[in-house]
Amino acid sequence: MPCVSPDGKPTGTGVKTLSAVKEGATKPSEIAKATGNPMFRVRSGLRELVNAGFLEEENGDYTLTETGKNVL
Amino acid sequence: MEEEKTYTIPLIGEKAPEFEAPTTQGTLRLSDYKGSWLILFSHPADFTPVCTTEFIAFSEIYPELQKRNTELLGLSVDSTSSHIAWVRNVEEKMGVKIPFPIIADLNKDVSTLYGMIHPAQSKTETVRCVFIIDPESTLRTILYYPLTTGRNMQEILRIIDALQTTDEHKVATPANWKKGDPVVVPPPHTTEAAEERVKEGYDCKDWYLCFKKL
Repeated sequence: MPCVSPDGKPTGTGVKTLSAVKEGATKPSEIAKATGNPMFRVRSGLRELVNAGFLEEENGDYTLTETGKNVL
Repeated sequence: MEEEKTYTIPLIGEKAPEFEAPTTQGTLRLSDYKGSWLILFSHPADFTPVCTTEFIAFSEIYPELQKRNTELLGLSVDSTSSHIAWVRNVEEKMGVKIPFPIIADLNKDVSTLYGMIHPAQSKTETVRCVFIIDPESTLRTILYYPLTTGRNMQEILRIIDALQTTDEHKVATPANWKKGDPVVVPPPHTTEAAEERVKEGYDCKDWYLCFKKL
């Protein structure tokens, strides 16, 4: 499911993904395991969350931005 | 004189063309599926009878596909809103939840890339295509069905089993093979190997046709 709604806020799946990152899951495979979502949805959702400014990606690792931290 | 349009399709063994498309589960790329098998399939239109039976049937085999590390991705040239309305209708009237995403290919980008529109059948709808793509994004099987013929889900499952068995054991699978049946040992390529083959303990009809149980 999409991680960011048209109004720019994270959806339930988006919040779940951000929470997984907060709890220490940084790679897509770890986030998939933590959220129970299949990899294709995790990759698509991470892309949305990065584009919306909630996450940053560097060398395949994802971290929360200040905007992302403020959501949780 | 009107110029004749040329249509191309990707071929078995080639890399499946990358795409990014809106779906009922967000924007997806082919590369999002890297690491899992993917069945990319098209249907002519939402709210049509044969397609509805197919979507129910695809949903029924989805748990079996997931056990085989295989995902489903549907496609038609309808809008996301149409897909959502149809999926909701199927759940409400037929009691079946469609668990996989469906591409809304309104501008026909993906269907053109994959040769899903056959103008002699319909210039505006996709025919019933199935593209089986492996975890490395290589196209492994292509099936085309006409608008009037619904697909056979057991055959699709059988193909997945056959491809995965071939990859794992470096064997081939004979006609009407089902998981658990004997498989075909690849034929030898030299006369020496042919002579040895019949002594190797396989169930050989002759040097070029040998079976073994896995």
